[in-house]
Amino acid sequence: MVQWTDFERATIQDIFSKMDYETVGPAALSRCLVVYPWTQRYFGNFGNLYNAAAIMGNPLVAKHGQTILYSLERGVKNMDNLKDTYAELSVLHSEKLRVDPDNFKLLTDCLTIVVASRMGKAFTGEVQAALQKFLAVVVSALGRQYH
Amino acid sequence: MLSKKEKELIADIWESLTPVAEDIGADALLRMFASYPGTKTYFSHLDISPRSAHLLSHGKKIVLAIAEGAQDIGQLTVTLAPLQTLHAYQLRIDPTNFKLFSHCMLVALACHMGEDFTPVAHAAMDKYLSAFAAVLSEKYR
Repeated sequence: MVQWTDFERATIQDIFSKMDYETVGPAALSRCLVVYPWTQRYFGNFGNLYNAAAIMGNPLVAKHGQTILYSLERGVKNMDNLKDTYAELSVLHSEKLRVDPDNFKLLTDCLTIVVASRMGKAFTGEVQAALQKFLAVVVSALGRQYH
Repeated sequence: MLSKKEKELIADIWESLTPVAEDIGADALLRMFASYPGTKTYFSHLDISPRSAHLLSHGKKIVLAIAEGAQDIGQLTVTLAPLQTLHAYQLRIDPTNFKLFSHCMLVALACHMGEDFTPVAHAAMDKYLSAFAAVLSEKYR
């Protein structure tokens, strides 16, 4: 089981309690689709992803970005049992959506960048390390049911 | 592949960062040491505590090299030739670490530039840093 230090727990709770889910989720997902365009392969039915402006303004991308972030919130509330928290979603991503699990890291890297740009100087190296550790465990949990 | 627009964007961003080269460089290094402790093994001969003289001067060196490359991206292999030799035969830093550093540099840029670090700028910068790292490791074998 993952061991969390007091600093890591407090930092994760703090970041997510102050987060604007309505904008950060869409910002992270749309950034991922712009920076790593091959990830668009999973969003064929989302309409216009033709260029950065289209992606940033796409309402389906925005809605899905929010969905992803609310799902992360579940993880924040269950830091000591991320494996079980994401078991169902892992099966979904593996069997139905067939997403290459390497893509999860691309999305979490973009989320880290979005949080960094919003928090500025407050996003210290230690805060970054804590967030990355949390996201890495979520990513690992999401990849567990792939066979 | 970098478009003409992207090359111009990258050149502009790095030119504007040259005055704060040591802050950006030191910030990126510190982030890398915090998130990826294995990277510290390459710095046992330096004092890498926050704001140390070694850290600032080393961060400055790295950022100035990246900024210099950005002024003429088409000529990266020429501009980086001496650094290629240094990294291949003396430093011998495992190239996977370049990815870790690049990621931390992107985070440092995001913290520094805030909203100005747009997805388009981010994409261009990620591509440039990947190309830079690839050229840097060309003489490894």
